[in-house]
Amino acid sequence: MGTNTHAAGRSGLWSWITTTDHKRIGILYGVTAFVFFLIGGLEALFIRLQLAKPENALVSAETFNQLFTMHGTTMVFLAIMPMSAAFFNYIIPLQIGARDVAFPRLNAFSYWVFLLGGLFLNASFLFGAAPDGGWFGYLNLTSRQYSPGINIDFWVLGLQVLGIASLAAGFNFIVTIVNMRAPGMRMMRLPVFTWMTLVTQIIVVTAFPVITVGLVFLMFDRFFGTTFYSVAAGGDLLLWQHLFWLFGHPEVYILILPAMGIVSEVLPTFSRKPLFGYAVVVYSGALIGFMGWGVWAHHMFASGLGPIADSVFGATTMMIAIPTGVKIFNWLATMWGGQIRFTAAMLFAMGFIAMFVIGGLSGVMHSSPPADLQQTDTYFVVAHIHYVLFGGAIQGLFAGIYYWFPKMTGRLLNEKLGKVHFWVMLVGMNLAFFPMHFIGLLGMPRRIYTYRAELGVADMNLVSTIGAHIIAVSLLFFIYNVWRSWRKGEVAGNDPWGGATLEWTIPSPPPEYNFTVIPEVLSRLPRWSVTQMKAIPDVPPEPIHMPGGSYWPVVAAVGIIGMASGAVAHTLWIVLASGALLVFSIFRWAFEPFEV
Amino acid sequence: MTHAAAHYTSTGLDNKKLAFWAFIGSECLLFGSLISTYLVYKGRSVVGPTTQEILNIPVTSVSTFDLLMSSLAMVLALAAVAKGDKLWARFWLGATAFLGLVFLGFQFYEFTSFVHEGLTLKTNLFGSTFFVLTGTHGAHVAVGVLWLLTLLVRSFQRKLGPEKALNVEIAGLYWHFVDVVWIVIFTVVYLIQ
Repeated sequence: MGTNTHAAGRSGLWSWITTTDHKRIGILYGVTAFVFFLIGGLEALFIRLQLAKPENALVSAETFNQLFTMHGTTMVFLAIMPMSAAFFNYIIPLQIGARDVAFPRLNAFSYWVFLLGGLFLNASFLFGAAPDGGWFGYLNLTSRQYSPGINIDFWVLGLQVLGIASLAAGFNFIVTIVNMRAPGMRMMRLPVFTWMTLVTQIIVVTAFPVITVGLVFLMFDRFFGTTFYSVAAGGDLLLWQHLFWLFGHPEVYILILPAMGIVSEVLPTFSRKPLFGYAVVVYSGALIGFMGWGVWAHHMFASGLGPIADSVFGATTMMIAIPTGVKIFNWLATMWGGQIRFTAAMLFAMGFIAMFVIGGLSGVMHSSPPADLQQTDTYFVVAHIHYVLFGGAIQGLFAGIYYWFPKMTGRLLNEKLGKVHFWVMLVGMNLAFFPMHFIGLLGMPRRIYTYRAELGVADMNLVSTIGAHIIAVSLLFFIYNVWRSWRKGEVAGNDPWGGATLEWTIPSPPPEYNFTVIPEVLSRLPRWSVTQMKAIPDVPPEPIHMPGGSYWPVVAAVGIIGMASGAVAHTLWIVLASGALLVFSIFRWAFEPFEV
Repeated sequence: MTHAAAHYTSTGLDNKKLAFWAFIGSECLLFGSLISTYLVYKGRSVVGPTTQEILNIPVTSVSTFDLLMSSLAMVLALAAVAKGDKLWARFWLGATAFLGLVFLGFQFYEFTSFVHEGLTLKTNLFGSTFFVLTGTHGAHVAVGVLWLLTLLVRSFQRKLGPEKALNVEIAGLYWHFVDVVWIVIFTVVYLIQ
């Protein structure tokens, strides 16, 4: 097996479709997720335009329902999760000193299922039947009786498809991180981003089966007339809420932990100090992942679970703020006394801390059931989740983009444009989301397409709408920056930031095999330690074989999406034919020669 | 990359095996949610027929015993493959798949007789939860049978030597897991009424 990896013919569209290279798949994830992020953002702008003034008639109530449902579903499943996946893919093998993930073809499969699942969900717009039951899909609103159209069919099937992509990636990255570490890379030497990814993936593989069961029940109710969520047959609508939030709350940590991992890489690099309390940050992350399973019913205080359940879940919700707060202080202590460089990546990481603290504090306010009863289903909750997920997750992901873009492309993003992007976005998000706290406390409910002037929230809603558009403007700076820097940016070299971890020891962008020789790791911060690691040679001392790509993962993904499409169309033969294609491609996949 | 280096792992566990253990962990949550739902809805059907009236414990005891024996056959199949004993490997792989098929036959008989007695997916909460829970398990058995038959074909193609014992071991992990899940279902649904 002595083929050199820089052979010709590894470019062009076909090479991207059949690629099993984790770096290419990472780029595919990132670009796709960003496009979905823009689509979700566009939906948000329409929502905000509709709410800019009282009794506005820009969109109908039906369209408004579709907009907020698809905005939430898109941002959670098609933007933030896959943008994190882009970093898992690109960075994790580099940080642990591996040549690829454990299962390269399964990795490609995850991407194609995600892409096709995302297109499937959005294809519903072409039929004028986008999902309209909220991203949480509460029963019995989403039952066949109250949602007879195909809107919810798209949602219930699309989410199952996306679940397959997430589960496959989850198993892949758990094995990669546990099993593919370079010699000497002990668990407590793993970079914190890698650690948070591991915790995230453990949550993914345990939480997604739960929502899958909930969705399967809903699908059976809608397609085959079962009675899972039928009150007339003695069923309990709260079953859905329990299954959904038993997944849904861990999902919140699936969204935020990767961003916390990124910030834990960026802050030490630009403070020129090791992360304060590495072990405590790691343990806190693991504890958050564990405790995330014990707080789900705080989403259901309004459903009347009784004083005991309310007290217990109120208490666990307050407790989970402790490991989160610990992390905040660790990040602050990391910066304390450091030689801080205010790069764009650093600004986003610091912005993350500030905004996440605001979102975290309003989160603790919800943990008290009596307070939550006043806040639930109002814009106060909308403010909270956007501080956590936009101020938190999205800003953390942007920190990651500015930090690792040079590694991925070999060129630096323009710092000046990056800083403009940061400040404009920071102003925009606070204008957009801060007034929502007051709008909510004054009594404006979420998910209602309009409001009356007498409620007295018109001015604040206009400010919020303006803020949303300022965010959109900030993204134009970012897109221009990427477009320009990709071709003409300053050449990065191996290590533009003076980073401590393994990805900075190799060229930018890395060769297909990543490491000419697998490095031997002697410490937690290999590039900052007194005991320097051995230099990695520029040319491989011996030929390196890398697997050559496969199209069966794509075919399998097409089979899965074919089954979902057949189900939406109520056409049995499409389902069966696609199922057969899936089975066939799995067999071909299993038996094709593919040495890893 | 040399052959040995390609199979180096940090824990010493094979990648596929580790992935499979993670998969089994995930499956526990899947069946856990299904079984919990069954228990939550137990006794809440507003119309019959329900458990006592319809479940046939003697017949299902036989199929349960059949599935348990298939796990024994699986163990013997793995041992034979690891030893390079082709004849017995084929016998025990075939026996495991056959016992799996027998279990599916019992389930088919059970489902059709329930439908004749007036219990379908739509009848009541018991019908919905029972058929979806046991049907999901049955689908897992069917996948396992397909997997075992594939291994059997590979053996006849002389592509299942001792060096492939790990593949059989992983199929065995799956098979035993599906068996254990059935023990839980049999206990919860049939025995504890």
